[in-house]
Amino acid sequence: MTTSSKPPRSRLDPDPVPRRDWLGLSALWTAGGALLFGMIGMLKLPKAAVLSSPSKKFRVPLPETLAAGEAYVPPGRSVALFKDAEGVYAVSTICTHLGCVVKANPEGFECPCHGSRFLADGTVTKGPAPRALPWLKVSLGGGMATIDEDTVVPPGTKVS
Amino acid sequence: MTPVDAGGPALREFVENLKAVPRRLKETAFRTGPPVTDRTRSTFVFGNVFLHLHSVRTHRWSLRWTTTMGLGIMTFAAFLIALVTGVMLMFYYKPFPDVAYQSMKDIHFVVPTGRLIRNIHRWSANVMVIGVILHMARAFYTAAYRRPREYNWLIGIGLLVTTLGLSFTGYLLPWDQLAYWAITIGANIAQSPREVTDALNITDYFDPGGFQKLLLLGSDQVGAEALIRFYMLHVMILPLVLAALMAVHFWRIRKDGGLVRPPDADERLTKKRAEETYPVFTEAPAKTYHLAAIVRGRTPNVGRGPENTVPSMPHLFYAELGVLMFTLLICVALSLVSDAPLKELANPNVPENPAKAPWYFLGLQEMVSFSAFMGGIAIPAIVLLGLALIPYLDRETKGTGEWFGGPGGWPLVRLSLLFGLAVPVLLEAFAIRFGWLREWFPDIPQLIVTFINPATVLTAIYALYSIWCIRRYESARAGALGLFTCFLCGFLVLTIIGTYFRGPNWEFFWSPADWPQH
Ligand code: HEM
Ligand code: FES
Repeated sequence: MTTSSKPPRSRLDPDPVPRRDWLGLSALWTAGGALLFGMIGMLKLPKAAVLSSPSKKFRVPLPETLAAGEAYVPPGRSVALFKDAEGVYAVSTICTHLGCVVKANPEGFECPCHGSRFLADGTVTKGPAPRALPWLKVSLGGGMATIDEDTVVPPGTKVS
Repeated sequence: MTPVDAGGPALREFVENLKAVPRRLKETAFRTGPPVTDRTRSTFVFGNVFLHLHSVRTHRWSLRWTTTMGLGIMTFAAFLIALVTGVMLMFYYKPFPDVAYQSMKDIHFVVPTGRLIRNIHRWSANVMVIGVILHMARAFYTAAYRRPREYNWLIGIGLLVTTLGLSFTGYLLPWDQLAYWAITIGANIAQSPREVTDALNITDYFDPGGFQKLLLLGSDQVGAEALIRFYMLHVMILPLVLAALMAVHFWRIRKDGGLVRPPDADERLTKKRAEETYPVFTEAPAKTYHLAAIVRGRTPNVGRGPENTVPSMPHLFYAELGVLMFTLLICVALSLVSDAPLKELANPNVPENPAKAPWYFLGLQEMVSFSAFMGGIAIPAIVLLGLALIPYLDRETKGTGEWFGGPGGWPLVRLSLLFGLAVPVLLEAFAIRFGWLREWFPDIPQLIVTFINPATVLTAIYALYSIWCIRRYESARAGALGLFTCFLCGFLVLTIIGTYFRGPNWEFFWSPADWPQH
């Protein structure tokens, strides 16, 4: 940079002083780099190694009688259990729109928050929900059903 | 002779000094004496670290009621009131699930005046939101965002977002049903980019939505982690951000040459009250920075006859104090007649029905009920971007400082009001009566519903209307007048529908009296 060749424009508004000295530049770049790497590292901060939410795997006793198409919602859980001739299956009752808990009704489910409607197999029939309610993994044993809310299975997967 | 006088000279001086303490204390705190002359009024302002955010003298135009309607100060006053009452609430509030709810109950029923303080906090927050919206409208309609105030408009947008963020984070703290489900919905709006990444099948590799939700909640559902995060944001981070932005905002007003005024403001004022105007600085100025300002060519009064300025102390400060007291009056009066709501304890298994966010987010919630991603993220982002760009797209000068100034003027705003109100009403009526794409074509791909729904159609119609305004009046300001008016109208209509006409399952009801009872 050759700034000294021109005369200053005025006493109040002189030419800028060149600041491209090596020390200044390295200070700037190290500060910038440290900030950048610090921020990248900070992206990990908000996520704990173990999330504090309650366990996603739970066991419930299967009710003796459950008519085909009738939903059984274990207390305190957002899962609906169904039982028919082909076996047992579980559908999540967390609305795929914005996470409200859907309520079972004779046709399937309805969401109280923005009125999405679903069939008993989870398919959306109305409203803003973008996806079907997912089916969850179920395993049976000793009259108990173990449901894993973290594992989604393809719709139609029934166990007996 | 009293025994004291019998002491030596040092002791006598000591007693003299002791007697002089009150007077000296006053002298050293207020070094320049009472603000009764032009000069001491000036030093009163620039000798004080808080007051010197103001300039020493204020233009008469800025003091006219119609220039600002006091809205900016009102917002600031509401913030101060919320700050004081908020600190009081912090003495009793405990940010942990369930305990938080109990402490709110305590504040309501046990703590002396706790209910009043909570009410004032809640109401001042509402006044602040209304104030910031109206103040933005005032700055827009008087074209106050134009050169050299572009940057201050941007700071203003930052203030708007921070104000809404404060309201949103505060809403969770009572930990009642209302809070829990409003924040669940809010956090899932943050996650809603998944609506698009899922449809494209790329969520496993690229999941900004999931990251945002995790950042906000620290978990996959609203719980203790979320509460402490919201608490920190609400009582520390956002207030500090807001205070910093406000400092810049106010300082900038001063550096931008005071409030906006029409180029012929001086003539207009002089015509009215010629007898009252007198040259500035009846005494020699105590500081010479006016010279520097003239050198930089910023002083709007160079070569313009008599200055229509008055000392900020007392004219401006008393007006500001008046607005502060008025705001306090409103907040206290509302708090005496209406209690802040507190529903049942949060229950993660049973959603509140209907689950409604605070009123100023209900317009957003109405749009979200069509598509989470478009209504909750994309359209708000477009609106904010559009607002931020206004000063850079409208580089005109006609009408600066005038209400509804610029090409088109009030007739255009009136037309835009009609148009802006009619379109969302008709669209909503249509969607409520006939349903939308999914009801007609059950197998339609999600992406189409995401991108074509009443909210996006409304946005597109407004945008087209704005382009029509630009062409009709050959002016970007006209386009901005049309679009901004439509934006206010759309906000109003959607908010009213969300507040009064949506009931359980977000279904349409003519009145809450028709809601089915469970
Ligand atoms: C917490 C929020 C805010 C506070 C406390 C605040 C406060 C103020 C105050 C006290 C003034 C002096 C004039 C008046 O009282 O109207 C002012 C001026 C101004 N504000 Fe704000 N403001 C806020 C938000 C905003 C927003 C959201 C915008 C726009 C997006 C904005 C844009 C402006 C502009 C452009 C001016 C200069 C007006 C002129 O020169 O006439 N402000 N603000
Ligand atoms: S959360 Fe179910 S429809 Fe919105």
